[in-house]
Amino acid sequence: MANHEDIVTTKEITLSMGPQHPSAHGVLHLVLDMQGERILKASPDIGYLHRGTEKIAENLLYFQFVPYTDRLDYMCGMTNNLAYVQAVEKLLEIEMPERAKYIRVVAAEMSRIAGHLLSIGAWALDLGAMTVLLYAFREREMVLDLFEMLCGARMTFNYLRVGGVRRDVTPEFKEKCLEFVKLFPSRINDYEQLLTGNRIWLKRNKGVGVISAENAISLGLSGPNIRGSGVKWDIRKDEPYLVYDRIDFDIPTGENGDCFDRYMVRINEMRQSARIIEQALTQIPDGDCCADTPEIVPPKRKDIETNMESLIHHFKLISQGFKTPKGEVYSSIEAPKGELGVYIVSDGSEKPFRLKLRVPSFVNLQSVDTMCKNQYFADVIAIISSLDPVFGEVDK
Amino acid sequence: MSDTIQQDSVLIRKVKDKFGQSVIDTAVFRDEVTHVIKKESLLHVSRFLRDNPEMQFNFLVDVVGVDYLPQRPRFEVVYHLYSIPKKHRLRLKIKVDENENCPSVTSVWKSADWAEREVFDMFGIVFDNHPSLKRIYMPEDWDGFPLRKDYPLRGYKDQYNPYGEEKP
Repeated sequence: MANHEDIVTTKEITLSMGPQHPSAHGVLHLVLDMQGERILKASPDIGYLHRGTEKIAENLLYFQFVPYTDRLDYMCGMTNNLAYVQAVEKLLEIEMPERAKYIRVVAAEMSRIAGHLLSIGAWALDLGAMTVLLYAFREREMVLDLFEMLCGARMTFNYLRVGGVRRDVTPEFKEKCLEFVKLFPSRINDYEQLLTGNRIWLKRNKGVGVISAENAISLGLSGPNIRGSGVKWDIRKDEPYLVYDRIDFDIPTGENGDCFDRYMVRINEMRQSARIIEQALTQIPDGDCCADTPEIVPPKRKDIETNMESLIHHFKLISQGFKTPKGEVYSSIEAPKGELGVYIVSDGSEKPFRLKLRVPSFVNLQSVDTMCKNQYFADVIAIISSLDPVFGEVDK
Repeated sequence: MSDTIQQDSVLIRKVKDKFGQSVIDTAVFRDEVTHVIKKESLLHVSRFLRDNPEMQFNFLVDVVGVDYLPQRPRFEVVYHLYSIPKKHRLRLKIKVDENENCPSVTSVWKSADWAEREVFDMFGIVFDNHPSLKRIYMPEDWDGFPLRKDYPLRGYKDQYNPYGEEKP
């Protein structure tokens, strides 16, 4: 007769999940040590998409690096643009016109909506609720159409420039955008109707991947992930940039720090983003959309075509770039995934001496091990989706 | 934006009073305070900054390496700190030379784990007492440290990289 003990204790196995796995949100390779279905250790192995963005930046003029930031978190490129140009502006000490600040807020919040929509849609898809993804894409499509009206691109915008924005908003855009934010809350209700009370959704997310506030801070979580654990920290409120201090909005937080709380935080954040866009669009003042600093901002297209001096000026600026003062700055914004910071060390030349991107997904992914410990294998999928890593950003 | 930082700010005064011997230099640029401290006292200063009720730097934002070739000491390791309760930021710096090790702050802030691995991967700076110091982005058998200033932009030439530079 077989020894009874041999039958019930399963052998410890190591399973490689990814890098080609549909639920891994990109090229995440997760090495899981498992006892049966239970996770003992989860060690992420990253770097499959490493492009050396920071090394590239050291060899480019300041304004040439903006398109590269679009490719970091490609789900919401505007916020990446914003983090970078804001750091360069801090170094240069440029003051922007009010209008540009409001346009930037609108662009950044639309980006947040686009990012969160995909996050929730893909999360639901991973857990077997396909409808939500299709609905989320319906609205994401509307946001992308608005972006197309704003700057001509749908994913890689290159819209913000040092000193302002590339194109002014048109009255049509304003009208369409207001239409969208009026409609959007009812669409969020649709997702909530499909998910928030759904028994399967609750079973798969409630009490899964719990992380305490203390652990979350120590592990460096930021954005919706740390707020899900009840830490009320949002850079838009605590260190306001642009015009966020003039806009009325709330910071949603969770209590238990589980996947469900992180989901609720994202849902409520989208509602707040719609509120912010509406206020920003109604408050937006007239004026220029770029700072009046000819040594940094290129002349207008119309002037280049009709004016010799402007043409020379444009040529010189594009071919030589602009110099920045010697020194170092760190500037961060609240990106959809968390704190997106840019640290620039300048040696006084036209190129950054060292540029470091503090990307939120990279730091957030560190907590996978803590969250997965003692959970079942199926929960790992929910946990990764709730952290919402984007590999363009994790791997830089 | 926050108020401008004066020389008698708590971020400067407290650290200088407590660790006058260890602080090599203090700078304020664009309202950001930077302390350059001695490598040996990094852990002491870090613990103080985290636990002192006036400081409460409970959040390590990032660890960054900077290569200042041909200066000596060659590298700087930069720590960006943030305090969630106090809402202030601080930058600590230590200078490390080639073939010198640097103390790991993973015992103070757990988030230093991957950040220090990244610095090791990109610059080859070794952190003592790090729980698992191995490459994070590059393959484990990679030759060289990509973000060093003497590493070519296109890498070194080998069978997979015909456009790279010849290795000296």
